[in-house]
Amino acid sequence: MTPPASLKLASHEGRAAEAAPGPEAALAIRGLTVSYGQTPAVFSADATFPARTMSAIVGPNGAGKSTLLKAALGVIPRVSGEVTAFGRPVAEARERIAYVPQRASVDWDFPATAGDVVLMGLYRRMGLLGRVTGAHRRTVRACLGRVGMADFEGRQIGELSGGQQQRVFLARALAQGADLYLLDEPFAGVDAATERAIIDVLKALRDEGRAVVAVHHDLSTVTRYFEHVLMLNVRPVAEGPVETAFTAEALDATYGGRLAATHMDSLILATA
Amino acid sequence: MGAEFVQFSLPPILIGTLAAIACALPGNFLILRRQALIGDAISHVVLPGIVVAFLVTGTVAALPMLVGAGGAALVAVVLIEVIRRLGRIEPGAAMGVTFTTLFAAGVLLLERSDTSSVHLDVEHALMGNLESLVWLDATGWASLADPAALAGLPPELPRIAAACAVVVALTALFWRWLRISTFDEGFARGLGLPVGAIGLGLVATAALAAVAAFDAVGSIIVIAMFICPPAAARLMTDRLEVQVAWSVAFATLSAVAGYVLAGYGPLWLGHPHAVSAAGMIAVVSGAILALACLFGPRRTRSGAATGSG
Repeated sequence: MTPPASLKLASHEGRAAEAAPGPEAALAIRGLTVSYGQTPAVFSADATFPARTMSAIVGPNGAGKSTLLKAALGVIPRVSGEVTAFGRPVAEARERIAYVPQRASVDWDFPATAGDVVLMGLYRRMGLLGRVTGAHRRTVRACLGRVGMADFEGRQIGELSGGQQQRVFLARALAQGADLYLLDEPFAGVDAATERAIIDVLKALRDEGRAVVAVHHDLSTVTRYFEHVLMLNVRPVAEGPVETAFTAEALDATYGGRLAATHMDSLILATA
Repeated sequence: MGAEFVQFSLPPILIGTLAAIACALPGNFLILRRQALIGDAISHVVLPGIVVAFLVTGTVAALPMLVGAGGAALVAVVLIEVIRRLGRIEPGAAMGVTFTTLFAAGVLLLERSDTSSVHLDVEHALMGNLESLVWLDATGWASLADPAALAGLPPELPRIAAACAVVVALTALFWRWLRISTFDEGFARGLGLPVGAIGLGLVATAALAAVAAFDAVGSIIVIAMFICPPAAARLMTDRLEVQVAWSVAFATLSAVAGYVLAGYGPLWLGHPHAVSAAGMIAVVSGAILALACLFGPRRTRSGAATGSG
């Protein structure tokens, strides 16, 4: 049996060739199941993140948001499921995808400068043994400049604040020159100025025609930041444009009544 | 420094230096990956592997030694998994138990078997036989250009030189993979890099260095060189390239200064007998680490990000 979501996808793909900001799938996930040991972390998830759109993945702690993103990219193994980016299997579309892991997932004491980290984003262009050219250096500087970190190129990454580290990660993704940006909690533990800087860059990417998919924690900013939302609690609860999918019922179903009703009302009012 | 130096000191210094560099290079990445214990572990497991390989083949040729050490490493990995699962012990403890037990078994095996015909006994296993690696065919520096004299070089020298060359070449060739996957494994996987194979390759390279270094310099140096020069180098700089260069410099300094101090230090202090060169090399590397801890420009870190996400 094909779930209704797939039918919706089929019709979307039929219109993918249209020039208008069409709902061509930047990232399409079908029947994705991921398991740590016995319990599934993500179960039979379908999701379609449209191109030229900013999409959020929201859900309670332990809902499998990060897991879904990592498994879609092949960073962690999946039990089953198919994932395509721009209509091709992810493994064949890697040069079009940039991934920004959680900031806390790496050791910032590593001996590297901000410029060294951003240079990693040029790996696909340089290859294993290619020389670092002046053009590469200029790209690194430009990407750091885009996230407001131009003055920090030579700074050791451990000396940066959490927000600055997050910007360096984003600059590395920019250096990849991808069409699809997958970000794992890009706003976790960053200052307000960084959050604004990051969202400005992401919106600029969207305006350039690229797709952004972010695991997002802060329900109060979903409607302001994103156009598309996947609400996940191990299984997908709701998915679609924020105006139609981000509802009180969906929030209630996703968070299992853990959100206070008043809180939910204010969120929905923000939508309207 | 003339003929005597070339005969008696040059080969051990070269062998010690090459062994130290071969171990220090992979040590840099093992430490950054918080896998320093694996270097320690490999150098312990090598012993029973080499002894069993000798008992089976009756020679100390390079290939059976490598196969024996590799087999022992495999046994160790399986044992660690079994102990961890059955005993519900944390991985670090399971590792420690496995490697010390295997090393002890190697020592017992060595004691009970007849290895009088070759350089293989408990003392050599720990401290090597650096001082005995002399080049009697040499008559002076000119011998370095004399094929007949070069043929009389201790076989340990070309062996460790080849191993060191392989380690250097692998480190240079896979530099970018090592750097990216060591810093950010998730990002490396996202790029499609073979992260698992890189990690295995690093451990295999460390094993190669350990096996090649083991028969010449013993396990004390091997353990010390995996950890001390890279750890001291980390305190000197915040750039990976510079750190690796420092680690090579510290490894070289440890080997040369350690050998000289072991040979002449006691004399300077009025004692008639030299001390173990391997022991002194390890001590010097430890002293360098201590000095780096006290005076290294990057010994204090500020603003290191913490958090659990």
